[in-house]
Amino acid sequence: MALEPAVTDLERLKDHPAVAALLAWNAGAVQGGKFDRNELSIFIAREFILGACEKLKAQGLVNFLSDLTCADYYPRAPRFELAYHLLSHQRKERIRLKIALEGDDAAVESITSVWPSANFFERELFDLFGIHFLGHPNLKRIMMPEDWEGHPLRKDYPVEGYR
Amino acid sequence: MGHLETTPVLDSEQDKTMILNMGPQHPSTHGVLRLVLEIDGEEIIRLIPDIGFLHTGIEKTCEAKFYQQVVPLTDRIDYLCPMINNLCYVLAAEKLLGLEIPPRAQWIRVMLSELQRISSHLVWLGTHALDLGAMSVFLYCFREREDLLRIYEMVSGQRMMTSYFRIGGLALDPPLGFFDSVKNFLDMFSERVDEYEDLLTGNRIFIDRLKGVAHLSAEDALAMGVTGPALRASGVDWDLRRDMPYSGYENFKFKVPVSQDGDVWARYVCRIEELRQSREIAKQALEGLPEGPTKAEAPKVVLPDREKMKTQMEALIYHFKIVTEGFTVPAGEVYQAIESPRGEMGYYIVSDGTAKPMRVHMRSPSYANLQALSKMCEGRLIADVVAAIGSIDIVLGEIDR
Repeated sequence: MALEPAVTDLERLKDHPAVAALLAWNAGAVQGGKFDRNELSIFIAREFILGACEKLKAQGLVNFLSDLTCADYYPRAPRFELAYHLLSHQRKERIRLKIALEGDDAAVESITSVWPSANFFERELFDLFGIHFLGHPNLKRIMMPEDWEGHPLRKDYPVEGYR
Repeated sequence: MGHLETTPVLDSEQDKTMILNMGPQHPSTHGVLRLVLEIDGEEIIRLIPDIGFLHTGIEKTCEAKFYQQVVPLTDRIDYLCPMINNLCYVLAAEKLLGLEIPPRAQWIRVMLSELQRISSHLVWLGTHALDLGAMSVFLYCFREREDLLRIYEMVSGQRMMTSYFRIGGLALDPPLGFFDSVKNFLDMFSERVDEYEDLLTGNRIFIDRLKGVAHLSAEDALAMGVTGPALRASGVDWDLRRDMPYSGYENFKFKVPVSQDGDVWARYVCRIEELRQSREIAKQALEGLPEGPTKAEAPKVVLPDREKMKTQMEALIYHFKIVTEGFTVPAGEVYQAIESPRGEMGYYIVSDGTAKPMRVHMRSPSYANLQALSKMCEGRLIADVVAAIGSIDIVLGEIDR
């Protein structure tokens, strides 16, 4: 099974119900799309992520938040890419929403109002990446001690830690 | 003489409740979980889980290893079912690489995954019953688990940290006598499950401790991110093995137990039935096992056989290259999820085209399931917390990572 080239052209992806629904809702919010290795990613502008989640959930296109995580592309800018893995039990399909965040302004709206399960995932990202989630009910460190300095999963944090 | 100091008065509102620490060293928290309980007498007002005591930074360590070196790290996430974690990681890496796995390897993977599910559920059953005062079930469960650990040792040389599934297939074809051992175990296991049920299912004390306790509705379970048997016990008919099959699960016939009750008892019933269903799947895998290779045709990724290495120049070169500098993986990102005994285990891997992963994230089922604990326990008694923790079957290794 050879890898097929990724489809990154939004025109070719707009037949997908989730892409169509988001474009119909707010074409300015959708920055791009990617269909690679049988997985669909939709790039959303940062300020619209909460609305996009609400929209997809309200339309019944997804109903479950599987995972929320982040990757640090340091030293590239924008530095962080958040990946929201959404699942539809009915359609048996996953959708990945992605947003990009700058290193010096790593803040985004919390989606705990849509899926309360985002609570722990967002706390983990706050702890290990230093990303702020606005409107989170309890944004505190979860893995590291409260008085820990730095965010260990950032690429400029050494693997052995500071000595 | 000034005024007499007035005696301090208890502020009736503020002092009505008490804060109680449960854990991190409490035996029934199944690891180092600390729960902060605000209680009014015996009744729980609030329950706040405090985690992170086992945090070892595995995700960070993965970024400094070659792809094949990450496999042993995944064993240590969820130490009750290491092979299922291996499976999830290697499936994700294979998806990144675009590798096709031979059917024999896939079937052996399914067989061993189901045996792992059985041994993980046995630990759950034993400790859950022990927490609630049924001592002998624990001994019975660990007796069968011991048989399974011997089977894992046969196949991988290790009882627990097996690292048997590799990117591109299996480490080796299973040794002589392995399939006989599996067959003996499966033949005997059905009766053993009956034995556990004789001890627990009709037991009045056990039923009273479980029925109606720690109720969770389907809406709450979905909102809290609950997956696995805990979700199915709340009435959501969802199993990744059946609904989004991976590693050849579409070839197997099995039932997915679902209950509408949503209490601890329902979770118990679902898991007991899963023990029987896992046995069925493993039996089908054993009986229909195809012949053929157990490694993919990908010399740049899969280590060559020992024999070839000694006789063929090419094989020796590939071996040297894989061991010293790893193999590059085309850039991209994948999320691969599988059904672990606790729920949806997912690996998110980002590759930047080098031999080391840029990011490995583990979506561990216990981490999300733990969020539902507060909802389950609030307004109930302290003793019910013990039953509730047992019923979501958490493993702190994968929560803290």
